[in-house]
Amino acid sequence: MRNKLNIKQMKMKRLILSVTSIGMITILTSCGGVAGDKPTAENKTAAIDMKVTGEAKVAEVTSAPNVPAPVGDRGPQKWIVNLETTEIEAEIADGINYTFWTFNNTVPGSFIRVREGDEVELRLKNAANSVLPHNIDLHAVTGPGGGAEATSAAPGQEAVLHFKALNPGLYVYHCAAPPVPMHIGNGMYGLILVEPAGGLPKVDREYYIMQGDFYTKAAAKAGLTEFNNDKAVAEEPDYVLFNGKKGSLLGKNMIEAKVGETVRLFVGNGGPNLTSSFHVIGEIFDNVYLEGGSTVSHNVQTTMIPAGGSAIVEFKVDYPGQYVLVDHSLSRAFNKGAIGKLKVTGEANPLIFNKGKK
Amino acid sequence: MKPATYILLLLSLLAQSACTKEKPHDEKQGEVVRASIGPIKTTVKMVYIPGGEYMPFYGAIDSNAVKVPAFLIDERAVTNEEFLSFVTANPQWRKSSILRIHADTNYLRDWPSDLELPKDARPDAPVCFVSWFAAKAFAKSAGKRLPTLDEWEFIAMADADTFNARSKKQYSDAIIQLYMEKGRQFKPVKQSAPNYWGVYNVFDLIWEWTDDFNSIMSIGDSRTGGENNNKDLFCAAGATSASEVNNYAAFMRFGMRTAVKAHYTIANMGFRCAKDTSNQTTQ
Repeated sequence: MRNKLNIKQMKMKRLILSVTSIGMITILTSCGGVAGDKPTAENKTAAIDMKVTGEAKVAEVTSAPNVPAPVGDRGPQKWIVNLETTEIEAEIADGINYTFWTFNNTVPGSFIRVREGDEVELRLKNAANSVLPHNIDLHAVTGPGGGAEATSAAPGQEAVLHFKALNPGLYVYHCAAPPVPMHIGNGMYGLILVEPAGGLPKVDREYYIMQGDFYTKAAAKAGLTEFNNDKAVAEEPDYVLFNGKKGSLLGKNMIEAKVGETVRLFVGNGGPNLTSSFHVIGEIFDNVYLEGGSTVSHNVQTTMIPAGGSAIVEFKVDYPGQYVLVDHSLSRAFNKGAIGKLKVTGEANPLIFNKGKK
Repeated sequence: MKPATYILLLLSLLAQSACTKEKPHDEKQGEVVRASIGPIKTTVKMVYIPGGEYMPFYGAIDSNAVKVPAFLIDERAVTNEEFLSFVTANPQWRKSSILRIHADTNYLRDWPSDLELPKDARPDAPVCFVSWFAAKAFAKSAGKRLPTLDEWEFIAMADADTFNARSKKQYSDAIIQLYMEKGRQFKPVKQSAPNYWGVYNVFDLIWEWTDDFNSIMSIGDSRTGGENNNKDLFCAAGATSASEVNNYAAFMRFGMRTAVKAHYTIANMGFRCAKDTSNQTTQ
């Protein structure tokens, strides 16, 4: 299947290239298509043959909205990635706690950052006080179940998966233990970025944002609620959230940038059910790595992020102010929490934007 | 290849395999000693289950009901106290002497010594951190066996009022509510209401070992030549081979069973015993 897709992609790419070559070559090169410039099938073969050097090191992983340091121009290496699955109570909205299931105690789980050709030893530990078994299916992994079966860990047990990152891109990982909509609905997802050789182009700011839909019961105990299966099956969430909590990107938690800087958002959607119409009010995405893959689109207002999918969006901030991040299926933003803010500070250029003076 | 050479080759192969099998001779002798089990007496009431046909939650891809013969089952899980009497009578199953292949390093994790229960543990709470091997040995010493997966799931169909409550809307939700409570394994047995059969604590204290806990794989293999193996339990594929997609509680149990191995010992996993009716004099 994959090969077929790749051939299709290659054909598409050639088509796009030939079209763009008519007049847009300069734009394309200046914006940097990165891995998109090369046919993916070739890349993959190359990634399999890439030799890693040195001993395995423990990879830095981060909780949202932070991301680990870029890979830069380093060669392929061996990494140990530690993840722990936990079942915890944490705030979902003001004064309301929810029983979340997590990777490393956060929703979304830790951001993992590697490059193509890297070899990863993923150690998945299930906390001893977990009630249930958990596992991990990484969409970045080529192999059965994305590693789900191989990493199935009973409470208190640890499972290990070895994989080589073959395809560059931004990928969702999630727990796939049965019943999977409940494990994901409780927050068991995160992102793994596989950078192409040479790394993504440098930017000034990078952030990690992941959307999820949450289905809750009328609080069983005071101030504590949990997963509601009926609402999940009906796909009628009470909350649609960025980074697992109402207001996680508001107030003092706003993400920040300065006028003139370039911002890159790694945006994922855990679901389990809704597709996100991701938009930043008052900004236009200069570059969007469509669906987290290698095709880069430009000048995009709203990008679609499927459940279990991602997008990388990049833009230069030119004017100070607060820019609102939303799922542009707006009831979710207005009523269910899918809202965050980017605060841009610096000098205002009246040429770009100017509140009307007579 | 001539038939004669072929036969010779086959013979030599057979001889080789026979040799390799015999190699761990000492271990085998050790096995014999270890296999002898000192009997223990337990006072737990056993409940008669008449059996019947039931639709397995998982693996019944040809939609055939499975016949469960009548059997007896402990009305509650094996307790800390009872397990203490078992290891007292069977030194080879004590914490300090159990074979590593029979239990991982967490076996009876919180017991300060071989014959001492954890300080704050209730003697009448279910024993946890026991492997399948240890559970099986206990059952043997009590003159019983572990329940089969079908027997266990047959009982698990019941709620307080009916023997099969699976079609009730609140059935799975109510169980999940019980499953979600942390630390429930520290509570004593028989504090909640029994189910239709008079069996206690089917869901509210622990996960329970069954004799063939890992049989989902073999069911799949034997019926469909491996197409329906346990990989199908993961992600959305789980829905393709389960009889009731909304029974999230059952998905959880089967998820647990596929996540464990026979030597694992887990904080919230214990067992109860069963017995064939033919051996039973009373009831």
